[in-house]
Amino acid sequence: MKKLAKQVIFYSALLGVWVLLAKLRIWPPYLFPPPWGVGHALWDGFADHSFWIGIAVTMKRMLIGYSLSVALGMILGLAVSSNKFLEETLGGLLVSLQSLPSICWIPLAVLWFGLTEKAILFVVLMGSLLSVTIAMEDGRKQMPKIYGMAGRNLGASGFRLFWSVLLPASLPFIVNGMKQGWAFAWRSLIQAEMIFLSLGLGQLLMMGRDLSDMSQVMAVMVLIVILGYMVDGLIFRTMERRLQEKYGLAP
Amino acid sequence: MSTSPQNAYPPPAPVGRRTGVRANVFYGKPASAVTTFPARPVTEVVVPKVALDSISLSYKTTSGERLLALDNISLEVKPGEFLCIVGPSGCGKSTLLHLIAGLHPQTSGKVLVDGVPASGPGTDRILIFQELGLFPWLTVGGNVEFGLKMKNVAKAEREERVQYYLRLVHLSQFRDSYIHQLSGGMRQRVALARALATEPDVLLMDEPFAALDAQTRDLLHDELERIWAETGRTIIFVTHNVREAVRLGDRVALMTFRPGRVKQQFSVNLPRPRHMEQADVAHAAGEILGCLRDEINKSLEAEYADEKTR
Repeated sequence: MKKLAKQVIFYSALLGVWVLLAKLRIWPPYLFPPPWGVGHALWDGFADHSFWIGIAVTMKRMLIGYSLSVALGMILGLAVSSNKFLEETLGGLLVSLQSLPSICWIPLAVLWFGLTEKAILFVVLMGSLLSVTIAMEDGRKQMPKIYGMAGRNLGASGFRLFWSVLLPASLPFIVNGMKQGWAFAWRSLIQAEMIFLSLGLGQLLMMGRDLSDMSQVMAVMVLIVILGYMVDGLIFRTMERRLQEKYGLAP
Repeated sequence: MSTSPQNAYPPPAPVGRRTGVRANVFYGKPASAVTTFPARPVTEVVVPKVALDSISLSYKTTSGERLLALDNISLEVKPGEFLCIVGPSGCGKSTLLHLIAGLHPQTSGKVLVDGVPASGPGTDRILIFQELGLFPWLTVGGNVEFGLKMKNVAKAEREERVQYYLRLVHLSQFRDSYIHQLSGGMRQRVALARALATEPDVLLMDEPFAALDAQTRDLLHDELERIWAETGRTIIFVTHNVREAVRLGDRVALMTFRPGRVKQQFSVNLPRPRHMEQADVAHAAGEILGCLRDEINKSLEAEYADEKTR
């Protein structure tokens, strides 16, 4: 409750500063819209359904691209973490490729797939695949060795050892990888949508820019932040915290 | 001590139960000659449950030197015997248990179970780890059931055994709890039940009570002694607490510090049940501690030396 009070005060103050700056008219309203201007743009966007459609399309792409990258990333991560040769070769390549911002894949994506849905998914995949892979690999390494030993001691071996011990034992790390993957996929998708200009939140943002409608730009930014936070902060972080508690990893 | 009628699951027949002869403690004999007093005529030759035949272990340290951790260890444990292994920290007593459990290969020598060389882990020897290694993603019941599932025991029998062993460690009410919801002493009992449920001939215990408060530990000593008497398992128990070793063991083996060797063995023939505070327990522990002191000093010196070079 005390934390909530602090947050209410903080955000009210922030809003107050915004109102004050807007009222002072240092910049014209079309460049620096007041909060109610952004509120208005949000209202209009939802009223004419463009925001609903944008969210739906973006979330659909997210779901497909993200699922793909989690599935592939887990397989790759497992392969790299369980094979010394792959770890020393492919592992290094993956880490170095991760320094590549996902937007760098856009020219290739356009050449290979054209301005299509596939190209967007490709960018999302490349943006999050590596972080999922690396998180998976780290997770396997960080997993306490005691679980594997206890499993073998109790008669587990081969696939059963993997399925009933090693996999559940690395679950907190897998969730961590999924969370990181989500954050990267989300950023990549918005970037890709801004460039491909095919319906979606990124495109709505660019439309605001083209119309010099900063209220719309900021309204979409607010939407992106809220949606991103809802999934990352509420779903993933809660899941992660619960798991850490259960596994005795909580700080 | 009595088996209550509610313990429906048939416990396995005790193996080699002691006669309960009251005798003096006898200690201070070299490893080759363990003496028990009063001397009893040898009437039968028993194949040892576990025999270690000149076990050695060496490994390469990070600086590239070869370190001899265990040096030519030979030990025999009779069926139903409670053997305690005592030594200073770093003497390799935990490693020795891992070798017996088959979780780690020895450099040379053999581990024999019932006279047959053992290779790799086997459910006839279950180790209770110092850190327990209970599975946090399973409930208490799930943990106890785990080894049975791995042994492909039928569901009905699994159910029966889980119930039986949870009752044995007084945790029936916590069957559906998760590990993080339990206290340290309760976790210890889950680990014990999980190990016992697979009905191993040999129970290997690695300083299981080291992290517990004195009251909980005393309680678990009583329970372990009772369960041992009820199930007739062979137990090899590693500890650095000499008094605990005397409290529990039929025999106490003393290990040296780096490389680990069996320095001396002591027969403990005090009547059971025993208590940590008992005068004769304290007396025997004092004698053994005297022999251990050199080794503890060596271990401390090594530790401080490590500190200096750091």
